Amino acid sequence: MKFDTIIGLEVHAELKTDTKIFCGCSTNFGAPPNTQTCPVCLGHPGVLPVLNQRAVDFAIKAALATNCNIAQYTKFDRKNYFYPDNPKAYQISQFDQPIGENGSIEIEVDGKKKSIGITRIHLEEDAGKLTHDEDGGSSLVDFNRVGTPLIEIVSEPDIATPDEAYAYLEKLKAILQYTEVSDCKMEEGSLRCDANISLRPAGQEAFGTKTELKNLNSFTNVQKGLAFEEKRQAQELLSGGQILQETRRWNDDRKETVLMRVKEGSDDYRYFPEPDLVRLYIDEEWESRIGAEIPELPDARRARYMADWEIPAYDAGVITQAKASADFFEETVAAGADAKQAANWLMGEVNAYLNANHKELDDVAMSPQGLAELIGLIEKGTISSKIAKKVFQELIEKGGSPEQIVKDQGLIQISDEGELKDIVEGILNENPQSIEDFKNGKDKAFGFLVGQTMKATKGKANPQVVNKLIKEGMESR
Amino acid sequence: MSFMEESISSLHEKIKNKEVKVSEITESAYQRIQEVDDSINAFLTLDESNAMSKASELDEKVAENGDQPLFGIPAGIKDNIMTAGLKTTCASQLLDDFDPIHNATVMERLNEQNIITVGKLNMDEFAMGSSNENSGYHVTKNPWNTDYVPGGSSGGSAAAVAAGQVPFTLGSDTGGSIRQPASFCGVVGLKPTYGRVSRYGLVAFASSLDQIGPITRTVEDNAYVLQQIAGHDDRDSTSVDVSVPNYLSAMEGNINGLRIAVPKEFLEEGVDAGVKEQIQTAIKTLEGLGAEVNEVSLPNSQYAVAAYYILASSEASANLARFDGIRYGVRKDGDDLIDVYKNTRSEGFGEEVKRRIMLGTFALSTGYYDAYYKKAQKVRTLIREDFNQVLHSYDVILGPTAPTTAFKIGDNINDPLTMYTNDILTIPVNLAGNPALSVPCGFSNGLPVGMQLIGKPFEERILYRVAHAYEQATEHTKERPAL
Repeated sequence: MKFDTIIGLEVHAELKTDTKIFCGCSTNFGAPPNTQTCPVCLGHPGVLPVLNQRAVDFAIKAALATNCNIAQYTKFDRKNYFYPDNPKAYQISQFDQPIGENGSIEIEVDGKKKSIGITRIHLEEDAGKLTHDEDGGSSLVDFNRVGTPLIEIVSEPDIATPDEAYAYLEKLKAILQYTEVSDCKMEEGSLRCDANISLRPAGQEAFGTKTELKNLNSFTNVQKGLAFEEKRQAQELLSGGQILQETRRWNDDRKETVLMRVKEGSDDYRYFPEPDLVRLYIDEEWESRIGAEIPELPDARRARYMADWEIPAYDAGVITQAKASADFFEETVAAGADAKQAANWLMGEVNAYLNANHKELDDVAMSPQGLAELIGLIEKGTISSKIAKKVFQELIEKGGSPEQIVKDQGLIQISDEGELKDIVEGILNENPQSIEDFKNGKDKAFGFLVGQTMKATKGKANPQVVNKLIKEGMESR
Repeated sequence: MSFMEESISSLHEKIKNKEVKVSEITESAYQRIQEVDDSINAFLTLDESNAMSKASELDEKVAENGDQPLFGIPAGIKDNIMTAGLKTTCASQLLDDFDPIHNATVMERLNEQNIITVGKLNMDEFAMGSSNENSGYHVTKNPWNTDYVPGGSSGGSAAAVAAGQVPFTLGSDTGGSIRQPASFCGVVGLKPTYGRVSRYGLVAFASSLDQIGPITRTVEDNAYVLQQIAGHDDRDSTSVDVSVPNYLSAMEGNINGLRIAVPKEFLEEGVDAGVKEQIQTAIKTLEGLGAEVNEVSLPNSQYAVAAYYILASSEASANLARFDGIRYGVRKDGDDLIDVYKNTRSEGFGEEVKRRIMLGTFALSTGYYDAYYKKAQKVRTLIREDFNQVLHSYDVILGPTAPTTAFKIGDNINDPLTMYTNDILTIPVNLAGNPALSVPCGFSNGLPVGMQLIGKPFEERILYRVAHAYEQATEHTKERPAL
């Protein structure tokens, strides 16, 4: 029997406001525990929430950037549950009137495009953070995070494979970063994802029972967790078993999902309208003001790179995935670099360096102008591409001007035939065997002679000129 | 001479002119408390040493700040209003050790005015009750007859003023909690328009209904206090940005031609004959002063108590959830987290509080929400429309504040329904959001009767105008309990 896989994702993204959603406390990450708190976010008796309008702006922006309809009238609701990280014992959230509804984003997997629906985007406040004592004796709670504004983005169950889930998350992250609504740093918890997955026999209309996956702390783990769960559910169903409505936790060490709890019915959060806040009216002026703040989004940029600069689709996709790299690319081109060369460098050396050193573009010393200059030096023949790699190492780590680096380190390419001819003649004289070998059809010998010349010039010789001179030298022998 | 017999304006003049020191006034307040509080038990916490040192400080600042109308005036504060550094318990054992780190906005405003906070006043636990019998500490008694309740939930606030312990107190009113005890104790109590006074720092019972208001001996005193606490507050989104008028200008005494509506539902069965009689006499007095009085109908008021107990309890079930023993309050340990919650809340809350939390939790549950909460909201809208309609053609709505005078301690405590219906005439006003005031209008069997005046939103001035005219034409507010 064949199964269709149905996946829906719930993403929580922390908004990049300076202060919390209902009080003036800072939202900075990494402060000592409980230093960014006040009576309001600590849920002291008698306190009242006051809505941070920037949080609403950001939620509207995220909703518009994902093609949602914006609610004209909206409100907040209380979601009631007891837990020590939830100081009021209710979370202020939005129940039946989310800020955005009926949106979609486009993903591409293996060259095939697909639209994934967004059911809703709503605003809410984050909870605190619990740390459990290893000995089990006690738990500690840090309320710095409580009250940080969040948007919850709920997808339609349109996602059919773990790969699509991955692509959806990448695209969503790109949109949230482009709009500067969220940092989307999963390692800092500013982006979190829960996944729902169910299987049904191919062709069947009714959904199967779903399980919910938690502790998916990277996009790769979302993909792996879903792949594991897809297989587990299929095996269970094929062996005549039943899927229970469970919450399962991804165990990254064992690479499997583990049962947390079986859900019986749904939790009753007893939502009701938050009486401490007034209803929110989002007029056209507000909506269009926020709409005007939305920059060109990744898909549009990608299309533009392909059309204007003939960047290959794959490369354009990689470069536009993060706003930082797309901006860097465009600034490099604006500084005079050939677009294709700029793309090649970003896709190649730059990415390799960032990956190897676990860095972001923002962290490196190299400027787009620097990269453009480097590309210019190669084009002009001032340095060889081999030397360029050496310059690049210096450039990306220390910054500065490539031209200066080349000068300081004496790396200028030797293209002067007269100067090189003496060196080449010397090499040829020292290696008669190689000339013999080459004439007998051993192409490798040619490369050896080039290598010897480069060695003698410490890599500075212009390879084209060297090739020409060696050829001429051998022919004259 | 007891300063406690004087109006705020007369005390103010004497302080300003240095005829009397703030420390003398403060001392006399504590003296009076010492004399009578054993019999009425109005206070939960006294703050004598801080109050006396503040009073001495103020004596040095008369020249500088003596013009402030409430400068040096002693006050008692209901114990559900946050006073930084002064224990605030909401009369609940659960908050027995709670020492607030922040002041309510009303306290900030009154402190800027340099009042003297004498202490914190008893109430029904978390403001849930109509008799003060639900206090987690002790029962406050009615100064007119100590076998009787002072009303509730601001019973301590009303009794303290009636007993002459302080010139004014703050109470809070969710379904009648200022007006009903004011009525029972023969003092003046105002529930301002919802949104007139900041709720920031008032421990929420039912957020969409709660308002802080003053309790005083006279109408003019009441206006003095409202003047200082009213106005928009950035920390309370439900406080409305409407300018604060001069309330004292309402003390002009002229109500000639004023249109007064008396809803027939407010004088129907269930209202004591003695209460009815005093109200009818009061109506005649007002007519004598030139007011036009007509009977009207508020047809949906009959559903108010039912709607109120659903809405108020629903909000309370969430508002009181934060009292879980984790961050503050008295924690009762247990084997695991759930046990800590259960033990803390089972032992910390009293019976009435638990009853309402359960009522509200039930009303909000999936499957019941539409039938209860949603329906009650619709009723609320109808009640508001009733008031709007009547007040479209009338300046004031008049009726009794409570259907009865104070009842005996112990009489109703085991009968919640009877207790709840004692608020039948005050609850509709909270649901509508309008301002309402209770002013003494005589006695029935030796116990005070209160007249309720209800006005248009943000028209507290008209209530003061009518009440003041009435007060000047009668002797009721000059009566004192024999303690």
